[in-house]
Amino acid sequence: MIEFLHSNLSYILSGISVGGQFALIAIGYTMVYGILRLINFAHGDVFMCAGLMMVYLSASMPMMMAIPLVLILTVALGFIIERVAYKPLRSAPRMSVMISAIGVSYLLQNAALYFTGGLAKVYPEIPWLSKTITIWDASTKVVTVVTPILTIVLVVLLSLLIKYTKIGMAMRAVSKDFETSELMGIKIDRVISVTFIIGSFLAAVGSMLYFTNYASVAPTSGGMPGLKCFVAAVFGGIGSIPGAVIGAFIIGICENIIKGGSSIFGIGGSGWTTFSDAFTFALLIIILVVKPTGLFGEKATDKV
Amino acid sequence: MKRLSAVILSVLLVLSLCACGSSTTTTTPTPTAAAGNPVLKIGVFEPASGDNGAGGKQETLGIEYANSVSPTVEIDGTTYDVELVKVDNESSNDKAATAASTLVSAGVSVVLGSYGSSVSIAASPTFKEAGIPVIGITCTNPQVTEGNTHYFRICFLDPFQGTVLANYAFSELKVTKAYCLSKLGDDYSGGLVNYFVTAFEALGGTCVQDTFPDGNSDFTSYINNAKNEGCQVFFSPVSTEAAQLIINQADSQGLGMPILAGDTWDSNVILQAAKGKSVDVTVTTFYPEGANADFDSGFKTWVAGDSTRLANNGGDDTVAAVTAMGYDAYFFALQAAVNAKSTASADIMQALWTTEYDGVSGHIALDQTNGDAIRNTAYVKHCNTETGAWEALPAVTIG
Repeated sequence: MIEFLHSNLSYILSGISVGGQFALIAIGYTMVYGILRLINFAHGDVFMCAGLMMVYLSASMPMMMAIPLVLILTVALGFIIERVAYKPLRSAPRMSVMISAIGVSYLLQNAALYFTGGLAKVYPEIPWLSKTITIWDASTKVVTVVTPILTIVLVVLLSLLIKYTKIGMAMRAVSKDFETSELMGIKIDRVISVTFIIGSFLAAVGSMLYFTNYASVAPTSGGMPGLKCFVAAVFGGIGSIPGAVIGAFIIGICENIIKGGSSIFGIGGSGWTTFSDAFTFALLIIILVVKPTGLFGEKATDKV
Repeated sequence: MKRLSAVILSVLLVLSLCACGSSTTTTTPTPTAAAGNPVLKIGVFEPASGDNGAGGKQETLGIEYANSVSPTVEIDGTTYDVELVKVDNESSNDKAATAASTLVSAGVSVVLGSYGSSVSIAASPTFKEAGIPVIGITCTNPQVTEGNTHYFRICFLDPFQGTVLANYAFSELKVTKAYCLSKLGDDYSGGLVNYFVTAFEALGGTCVQDTFPDGNSDFTSYINNAKNEGCQVFFSPVSTEAAQLIINQADSQGLGMPILAGDTWDSNVILQAAKGKSVDVTVTTFYPEGANADFDSGFKTWVAGDSTRLANNGGDDTVAAVTAMGYDAYFFALQAAVNAKSTASADIMQALWTTEYDGVSGHIALDQTNGDAIRNTAYVKHCNTETGAWEALPAVTIG
């Protein structure tokens, strides 16, 4: 067992690290869904934009200034998207908001295509995070170890915020019943803005961790991670924050175990890596068929 | 009122779309063009964005440089101005056909491109129907020209390149087990890996093959696979975009074996990614910088003279092999038009079969079955990670 762990440690390490990065993005999906019942398709592209901002900002200022500025600008981007593209549609059918979200996603992608000229940009090295270290003979970057710890700290903070603060209470109320909470005097526009701000902030942190590991940002970089985080959110039960985190870790780890399949399961052949993405989406179908509310999802109660 | 504003909004949207649509083709009228000269239109079918954007831009630079060197051509006693019509195929198989139709409707006589075999294969039927000859510059997959009479090519092919790389790994690096990584559904990397495996196993080696899906950026597990399988060389002839990530992660995961790749990796994108890292990268390519001093210095001055060109070349004045190939392709096309004594597509297509040209990358003549260049030399380059420059290794000639 020890021998097995030792030889396959690097797969598990990269799985945990990818899982942590996915978790930070998946929280953004799940919170927005919990409150607005909207799947924010532009979230993956906000993540990509945070990456591009870092590329451009770090070229003109020291890293210690660029990092907070990226966080602030990404939060502003998330806030503006909500105000411009979703708020005017508050009373429109839910489908219209969804289509607006898809529109924003393509707008961001194409804007990025225009600014970058279509080429992938090399992500700058964040001094301490990019260092290579060796853990039990498996060499990796510091960021791999930092990611799960940082993710858990942020999730705990977020849970405390939701449980004990006034705005957190308002969020819970809005997610339970939109209209009633409005009647009770909760300013829902404020609650929704805060939700988008938190989601974008976590996406910005996630982008720093993710792109430090995979140092290339292209206009389409947000696509695949965004889609997988969405699957993670659905897997954990969309609307539930712990669910999204656990779902993201499961997907990250399983994906890397599958990629290392021939070494871990001792069955050779080139088939394993080919199916790593297929696995993620097969999981989505299975969970929707077997348990549509996900691992931690609330059961929908129909009031008669 | 509401309806009126809806109508106005939709009209505005349509108009703005039209504006975007027309900006996808860019034509460069030659600056020295004397008014009144008839025009020979040459289509440039290259990616400027997507996975292969960096390489496509460098290949286009070669064509543009050639055009600036020789903006006119004399065909059968008449002087023609050469006009380049450029489209971006976005490195994407589904955009390739649309981009090709744009060229067809622009009325080009002959097309150059593309960088990347997949898009060339995808666009081939469009050019075939229109009866326009195409000269492939660096698309190395045999299927590009196989079984058709309109697609030609001036570079070597993957069966040759794969054999060269396999021989290099087996006899120069003295390894017997290779890890081969290609992109799922990509004709270029998939094809090249197959030819490499065939040649390497024929020599007595063994191969482990893996593929990664589109949009993947986590290569750590593939690198771990190579290490855990006990491979001695990492062969991954993939796009430069994936290459950056592979080099980066090979360094942080401590790959500890040489990386081999094909012509796509001969790019300053790779040099920039590998600089200061502990990786060992060797590639095969079409043209080594320094082989033709006149061309190199001319191109360097031309690139340095304009910031957009410099940015398109990856920010420095390295001469990529694809640039030299683009340069040769332009003159090869002009030579064909001169031989055809006409600017009609059909005449040029006929003439291409017998056209010969001495380019900076060597003598170019085409075989009579598929219209592929007869080439038997590949240049080998090794990346110096301290200086961030290519070092030439002895060229390999087969047959």
